[in-house]
Amino acid sequence: MSETTIEIAVRRYRPEVEVEPSWQSYEVPCRREWMVLDGLNWIKDRLDGTLSYRWACRMGVCGSCGMMVNGDPTLTCAAYLKDLLPGPVRVEPLRGFPVVRDLVVDISDFVAKLASVKPWIVRAIEKSPDDGEYLQTPEQLADYKQYSMCINCLLCYSACPIYALEPEFVGPAALALAQRYNLDSRDEGAAERMEILSQHEGIWSCTFVGECSVVCPKHVDPAGAIQRYKLDAAADWVRSVLLPWGKR
Amino acid sequence: MSTTYRRHHPRWHRERTPIFWWLGRFAYTRFIARELTSLAVAWVALLVVVEVAALGRGPAAWERLHALLRTPPAVALHALVLGVLLFHSLTWLHLAPKAVVVRLGGRRLPDGAVLAGHYAAWAAASLGLLWVLS
Repeated sequence: MSETTIEIAVRRYRPEVEVEPSWQSYEVPCRREWMVLDGLNWIKDRLDGTLSYRWACRMGVCGSCGMMVNGDPTLTCAAYLKDLLPGPVRVEPLRGFPVVRDLVVDISDFVAKLASVKPWIVRAIEKSPDDGEYLQTPEQLADYKQYSMCINCLLCYSACPIYALEPEFVGPAALALAQRYNLDSRDEGAAERMEILSQHEGIWSCTFVGECSVVCPKHVDPAGAIQRYKLDAAADWVRSVLLPWGKR
Repeated sequence: MSTTYRRHHPRWHRERTPIFWWLGRFAYTRFIARELTSLAVAWVALLVVVEVAALGRGPAAWERLHALLRTPPAVALHALVLGVLLFHSLTWLHLAPKAVVVRLGGRRLPDGAVLAGHYAAWAAASLGLLWVLS
C-alpha cells in the first residue's frame, strides 16, 4: 500500500536570489504521528537542504517553531499533519515581523520590548542569601502562575493586528510578562513598570481584539492581562486625582 | 552572487498590512463590526444633547423634535440603533470578566459570577433610571 502524502507549500524568501517571497511546494509523507515541523524536517533532510526555519525542542517548550500554518499562527511542533489533510498546507513566516530568510523572522524588536518591561523581580532592597528565601503561599503563586507559562513563541504578536499596524506597540507577550511580575508577591517593581506601560504604546494601544489569547498554546491569556492592567492604570489615575497628596 | 550579512540586513522582507486586513479572519471582522457599533453609541449621546437643547428652547421646540422622531424613517432608524446598542452592550458585558478579577475567600470568582454581577448592576441601574423617570 502506498504511503499517504501531503503537499506542503512553503513561503520562501532568499534575499540573495529574489526580491519578493515566492511559494515552493513539496510532497511529504503524512504519517500518523507527524507534526508540521516533522514535514519541514523531512523536506530539509531529503528534498531541499536550503530551506531555513527555526526549531529546537519539538515539544512545545522552547517556542522557536512558531509559523503561520494555513493563515493561523501555529506552533508547528504541535500541529498534526494528518489534521490538515487533504492539504496543501501553507506554511509562512510569522506575520508582523521582518523576514530574514524563508521562515526565519527577526525578533529583536520583541526582545528589546521584553527587556523594557523589566521581566524580573525588582526589589527596593535585596535580601542577602543568608536571610533565607522569599516565601510564597500557593495562593500567591496562583496569582501569577498563568502568566509565567509564556514561552515567547510570539504567536500572539502574529495574531495581533495592532502590532502589525503600529509596530511601536509593546505587544501581548511582553505585557503579559510584565503582569506576571507585577502580580508576584516578591516583586516591588509595579510602579516602575506602570510608568512604561501606561504610555500610549503600552496597554492603551491594545483595542482588545482578543486573538492573542485565542492562539496562545500555553493559555497565558495576554488579552486578559492587558485589560486587568488597564483597570489598574485607570484606578491609579483616579486615585492620583482624588488623593493627589497620597502615595501613587 | 555573494551577500554580505550584517546586523541591519538591508534586504529583510517586510510584508505590508493590506487595508482590508480585517476581512482575512472572522474574529477580525467581528472585532471591526463591534468597533463600528460605537457609532450608534455616539449617535444616541448626540441625540440626548439635541433633546436637552430642545428642552431648553421650550415646549414648541421639544414637540417639533419629537414629531420628527415619530416619523417612520426615524422609528426604523432607532429600532436598528437599539439592536446595535444591545449588541454593543452585551458584548461589552461579556468581555468584562477578562478585566475584572474578584477574589472571595482567597479564591478567584469564576467568570460567570463576575458576568452575573455586571448583569445585576445593569438591571439595578435600569430600574433606578425607570424610577427616576416615572
